[in-house]
Amino acid sequence: MVDVALQGGTVQVAVQMDRAKVLQRLRLGDAAFRQVTRAAAIAVLVILGGIIVSLLLGAWPALRTFGIGFLYEESWNPVTEKFGAIAPIYGTVVTSLIAMLIAVPVGLFIALFLTELCPMWLRRPIGIAIELLAGIPSIIYGIWGLFVFAPFLQQYVQPFLIDMFGPIPILSDLFAGPPYGIGILTAGLILAIMVLPFITSISRDVFEAVPPVLKEAAYGLGCTTWEVARFVVLPYARVGVIGGVMLGLGRALGETMAVTFVIGNAHRISGSIMAPGTTISATIANEFTEAVGDLYTSALVALGLILFVITFIVLALARLMLMRLNARIGT
Amino acid sequence: MAARTVTALYARRRLRNGLTMGLAYAATGFGLSWLVLILGVLLYNGFSGLSLAVFTEMTPPPGAAGGLLNPIMGSLVMTAIAVALGTPLGILAGTYMAEYGRYDKLTTVVRFINDILLSAPSIVIGLFVYEIMVARMGHFSGWAGAVSLAVIVVPVVVRTTEDMLILVPDTLREAAASIGLPRALMIGKIAYRAARAGMITGVLLAVARISGETAPLLFTALNNQFWSLDMNAPVASLPVVIFQFALSPYKDWQSLAWTGALIITLAVLTLSIIARVFAAKRRSS
Repeated sequence: MVDVALQGGTVQVAVQMDRAKVLQRLRLGDAAFRQVTRAAAIAVLVILGGIIVSLLLGAWPALRTFGIGFLYEESWNPVTEKFGAIAPIYGTVVTSLIAMLIAVPVGLFIALFLTELCPMWLRRPIGIAIELLAGIPSIIYGIWGLFVFAPFLQQYVQPFLIDMFGPIPILSDLFAGPPYGIGILTAGLILAIMVLPFITSISRDVFEAVPPVLKEAAYGLGCTTWEVARFVVLPYARVGVIGGVMLGLGRALGETMAVTFVIGNAHRISGSIMAPGTTISATIANEFTEAVGDLYTSALVALGLILFVITFIVLALARLMLMRLNARIGT
Repeated sequence: MAARTVTALYARRRLRNGLTMGLAYAATGFGLSWLVLILGVLLYNGFSGLSLAVFTEMTPPPGAAGGLLNPIMGSLVMTAIAVALGTPLGILAGTYMAEYGRYDKLTTVVRFINDILLSAPSIVIGLFVYEIMVARMGHFSGWAGAVSLAVIVVPVVVRTTEDMLILVPDTLREAAASIGLPRALMIGKIAYRAARAGMITGVLLAVARISGETAPLLFTALNNQFWSLDMNAPVASLPVVIFQFALSPYKDWQSLAWTGALIITLAVLTLSIIARVFAAKRRSS
């Protein structure tokens, strides 16, 4: 029967052989293929392990020299070889926070539009258009941000913000200073556009997974669309939405090129979000090839290690939440 | 009196509903307008520089005319090597996860780790390849650039291969087993064939993803002003040249950067649209 099932060269030879031999050979081939695929699966783990080990080894000189102080020192001076990571860490966290503050509500509302309001025939085109935003390479966001978006912010938006928040005590510090155009706020806004498609498409998927019976029951009681979304869809989809948000956050934290163009690369922590700053990834991208001396290079690798640890935790939490959700849908 | 408060309540609910639904429309318009704005600016700034010279001449020194031939070739070659390295590994790993060890502990762990690698910051992958290749070999090279791109390809291909193979109906596998086909042949002759369109989609998505990647190339392949396809030496790539030219003070470099940006975006968007068409064909058939 095996010979019937097979065609091609192997059979021509195989036919002449003893049946037992053929079976033996097939069994061997199968076992070999199994082991090869298994090795490939393990290779994925090896890649992750390799990333962690190589970063640890590369970062070791800096970590040994500066100890735990590397995490909270602000000075970043290649000449005196004093390095501290708090300014880039601060920039990374603040730009990502700004991005999430904008992208989460906008993404949820787009998902709501796509699942509840949009006519059927328009759903796919609009969904694809939003997802195309995710396909645009990050360097394009960077060049666009630098030449188009930053000057626009500098001329129109930032002076307006300074004037508006000037008289209000705390906000005036947050929006203080000359309108540079580039800076933390600009980077955060561009990140918001970049993570929007991730949040939108995951939210849409989990909104669509809400059983129609629940929604219909709520509509039957006379609920408005908003009330259905707020009190039925959102609570049911909560875990998935949080997972999607974390996934977007992981992207925002690690994004490099778009941020490098517009952040201003200034190693200091400023009270104003319109001041130039830096992020971990922008620092590495800007300085790595120019870094002289082992300690400087090692400090940059240590920054990379910190970034990897932060994103690893965020992404792992996101995956765990989404996995829990899938398990629930599966049962 | 009671009737009045009830109507007031209705009015309030209706108003709130109207406001939030208006916000939903506004949010969608907001999201779509960025796509239009970015693509519009890109076309406006990049199209004027698009000429035959862009594809036939080398990158110029500041102040001279030139094209983008060497970075385009560098990008193509490195992308091809990355796909050649990453795709087989990804397909094999995905095969194990979907066919041999679908309910294994190993598969669960690999799936989890793979999903994290899928969104890991690409600059960290650049650092990794710098440590294992550039620092060891003592110089930047096209090989290092290609390997760092391959590390990005693997998780994309693993994910789509596994997803697509799981979608293949088990009855096909059972039919193959019932005529005595060993598992390896069943996978090769039946499962791969049934999942082919989806797997091609995965590879296309991976190509789209890496052809715009800049961060991992900055300190692996570096850059090269001249024509060089020597993979042992620094190799120019389109995204890195855009990065360098856009941040330069020279007007003609900046306009070349816009043209390069347009080329990359068109290539990437075309690839992802083709990938979608492939995926849609799979679904409808």
